Amino acid sequence: MTDLRLKTDSAKKWRTTYLAWGLLLPSVAFLSVFTLYPIGYSAYMSLFKNNMSTFATGPQYIGLKNYVDLFTRDAVFSKAFTNNLIIAAVTVPLSIALAVAMAIFANRVKAGKGAVRVSFFYPTLLPMVAVANIWLFIYTPMYGLLGSFNPNWRFLDNVNTVLQAMIVMLVWKQAGYVMIFYIAGLQNINQELYEAARIDGANAGQMFRRITWPLLRPTTIYVTIITLTNAYKMVDHLYIMTKGGPDNASNMLLFYVYQKAFDQSNTGVASAVTVILIAILLIATSVHFFTQDRRTFYA
Amino acid sequence: MRKLASLLLAALLLLGLAPLAGAEKVIELDMYFPVSVGGGPDALISALCEQFHAENPGIKVNPVYAGSYADTRTKVLAAIQGNDVPAVALMFSIDLYQLYSMGVLFDYDSFATTPEDQAWLNGFYPGFMENSRLGGKTYGIPWQRSTIIMYYNKDLFREAGLNPDAPPQNWTELAEFGSKLVKKDANGQTVRYGVQIPSDKAGYAYWMLQTFTLTQDGFNLMSDDGTEVYFDNPKTIRGLEFWKSLSDQGIQAPGTAKWSTTVSDFLEQKVAIIYHTTGNLTNVRKNATFDFGTSRLPADTSFGSPTGGGNFYLFKGVPEEQTQAAVTFVKWMTNNPERVAQWSIDTGYVATRPEAYDTARMIEYTEGFPSALTARDQLEFAKAEFSVYDQGAVQDILDTAIEAAMTGNKTPADALKQAQQEADAILADYR
Repeated sequence: MTDLRLKTDSAKKWRTTYLAWGLLLPSVAFLSVFTLYPIGYSAYMSLFKNNMSTFATGPQYIGLKNYVDLFTRDAVFSKAFTNNLIIAAVTVPLSIALAVAMAIFANRVKAGKGAVRVSFFYPTLLPMVAVANIWLFIYTPMYGLLGSFNPNWRFLDNVNTVLQAMIVMLVWKQAGYVMIFYIAGLQNINQELYEAARIDGANAGQMFRRITWPLLRPTTIYVTIITLTNAYKMVDHLYIMTKGGPDNASNMLLFYVYQKAFDQSNTGVASAVTVILIAILLIATSVHFFTQDRRTFYA
Repeated sequence: MRKLASLLLAALLLLGLAPLAGAEKVIELDMYFPVSVGGGPDALISALCEQFHAENPGIKVNPVYAGSYADTRTKVLAAIQGNDVPAVALMFSIDLYQLYSMGVLFDYDSFATTPEDQAWLNGFYPGFMENSRLGGKTYGIPWQRSTIIMYYNKDLFREAGLNPDAPPQNWTELAEFGSKLVKKDANGQTVRYGVQIPSDKAGYAYWMLQTFTLTQDGFNLMSDDGTEVYFDNPKTIRGLEFWKSLSDQGIQAPGTAKWSTTVSDFLEQKVAIIYHTTGNLTNVRKNATFDFGTSRLPADTSFGSPTGGGNFYLFKGVPEEQTQAAVTFVKWMTNNPERVAQWSIDTGYVATRPEAYDTARMIEYTEGFPSALTARDQLEFAKAEFSVYDQGAVQDILDTAIEAAMTGNKTPADALKQAQQEADAILADYR
């Protein structure tokens, strides 16, 4: 910004600007067509009553009624909304804690380093649908994996346990992925800091609190955003395992969009939920990004 | 140069010949179809389509496996909205009102004009036509049609001191026999339940609820015109309460039971009595390692069961030759008693035409395996499967209510009363 030539030579300045925009153009065009336009169109469609009953007559403009109904009358929506909050609040810290532990272990272990990393990482490689089928077997009462410990553990058939059961699976699925970022983060930390700390007589706990964790902060910020969006994005398993049940105890917003849009052909309500989902994710990421970013020390 | 010219000439000739060779133009149809039972009926459908093409070289039907019934509805509706209309699809019989209200269906009567065609249309079991006709016209041709039957494990009946040839005939006996069939280990943990009737949304919870209303003087959940539902009727509430009471007494596992694992639970002998579609009969027969029996559903004040399963539909918006080809295909599939009989033998679905039961192969089969007749014999008590306008939304409401009741989240009465209000709000648009 202190380059004097740019400030004095306006032609050159403009050329740079054009070049910048030119380079951005492909992604701007791509984003517009595949992201911004659909978002705008969903927002527009959310103002209409558009379901099976309007198939013959065409969509009917109803203003914000879809939104009002969602927040005042739709019990399934509020259930899915709360479930999503719980899943985000639990899976984000849990995945991070597990990932840090795994990363430190995988980084320190001497023998079989590769094997350890692969075994931690492999759940990430599996498609969500395959994961769902594996855990469906694990959770099957009587003759599933857990069923052999206690035949009457019926985690998926019970409204009080189904969400916990899902959370365990989601953490299992994504912790390995998060671990990769922490392994990279750990390897960026200068070993001299630990040596200095050791000379000063710091113990392992102090070193983790004062050196490792603060220096992993950029990774943590990135990973928090990833896991937070994942908490709203990972719904494929519901299709296989519970269809959001029993009694919508495991339903989530994105799956509710699917149910409304496709199972029930209710495009109006599905669009409204989509817009709400986008708003939530946008707010969460920007708050996080703008408040946390300042306090980061980039090593 | 000359070589090139002659090559070109040859190519041109070949190109010119191509239309001649194809004078017998092949009409290709994509047919979406669902599978909701075990035992691999998808392979059977593919084989039938190939055989049809061999006998009718001018028409080729490509079967497209589309998942469950709900998935198939989703896919076909998406295809219609994307202007990629299929000429024919095998779909849930209960999608009739929804498809009809969209105005996308052809009726068969307009195409079946000869006396022989009329005989074809009128030759199906009347029970199956309840979900296939509307306003005097035929919109669905029955194919993989079922009733719900009771499967029971005769070995476990003997073990519990029950007569293996006398399955429960009424609700009281169902509960009584069921509790005798429960087995616990030394710690008091139940290792085998007496009864399991699937109650999850991913399956067909609403359909199973019908088994508890139709057995009360044939009371059904909806009006004949598909615009009214009777969720909060005392009979419906009583039916759901009885179903839930089986869990409360420990005869059935607590919570919801999965449609998809109920048959394997039965085959693993983790439950002694199940309700399931007759479409799984052949699957059970092939995989059961024990002596099993089937029976019509236990009665309360009457016998009863909903019908179920899939029909062939014709869709508007395709060239007429495709529709004609589709009619030819559907007729080929459903008009020949031998073929209908073989399909029934291969799957367990009810043969949709009475004359199929007079064929030599069917007589021989049912003599060796009388269970194959259970579902058909029950047809005389069978009523239409739950079917209303805006099926997807209303069915979801009822399934949710059943899950809420079975998991103890709400009482059956509360759950059904709320479901009634929600369903009324939707159906008001169609009255």
